[in-house]
Amino acid sequence: MAEPSKSLKPEKAQAQEATVAERTKDRRTYIPVVDILEDTNNLYIYADMPGADDRSVNVTLENDVLTIEAQVADVSFDKHNVTYAEYGIGDYYRAFTLNEPFERDKIEAKMKNGVLSIILPKAEAVKTRSIPIKVG
Amino acid sequence: MITIARPTWRWDPWGEVDRLQREMTGSFTLPRRQSAGAYPPLNIHTGDDDVIITAEIPGIDPADIDITVTGDTLTIKGTRKAREVKQEETWHRRERGSGNFSRTVQLPYNVDGNKVQADYVKGVLKIVLPRAEADKPRKISVTPGK
Repeated sequence: MAEPSKSLKPEKAQAQEATVAERTKDRRTYIPVVDILEDTNNLYIYADMPGADDRSVNVTLENDVLTIEAQVADVSFDKHNVTYAEYGIGDYYRAFTLNEPFERDKIEAKMKNGVLSIILPKAEAVKTRSIPIKVG
Repeated sequence: MITIARPTWRWDPWGEVDRLQREMTGSFTLPRRQSAGAYPPLNIHTGDDDVIITAEIPGIDPADIDITVTGDTLTIKGTRKAREVKQEETWHRRERGSGNFSRTVQLPYNVDGNKVQADYVKGVLKIVLPRAEADKPRKISVTPGK
């Protein structure tokens, strides 16, 4: 896979209504940017979700779909008006289809400084095994 | 030959309602714009005696943020470090950026540098910039002439 760009980008992509089931609350929903890495034992997912409260973050794995959701509280200060805005505030939603089994009970997720980290341990059966080839 | 007259301008009653609503609620007239490439994105909240700037900078160590105020100029500098990738790890997706950033904002007035407060919570940096006492507007009473 080609090495994607690493530079800092300020844009948050807004989720299209069609990509998520419509929400009951009329709020903006953003797609968090993610880094996903894999090693022999685990799959690592890191998602940028600034402003999201750790208690509002929901990570669910249903069938093969991993869903990340978080609610973000509105930011407003008493007797202050927003005079200039470069970013919008809204909830986060993103879902991934996982194409291999993971140890469901051992999935770890934590939230720190607006970044959600998820570690998904691969199921024992699918850990890469090297198969010796016999010379016949 | 049939020509269909297409009015270039049509009165749109809902457009008018929208415009009125926008006028009344103020916040809707807010120009939301994405500054091309400037990181971190900022929101500016203006009050009578101070300005509050918030910036979304997820996943950095607060010690890596450097905030300086000189007169009416605020500079935010920092580094967002990338996670170290081990040899056996392979990328599936890489969307999060890393590197150095720097932004300078000119404020509407001089700031009292000693009273500037900043905190970093949930990946959002908040800087409170109080207006310098010497810079506050003074009310001048008019003495009636004889």
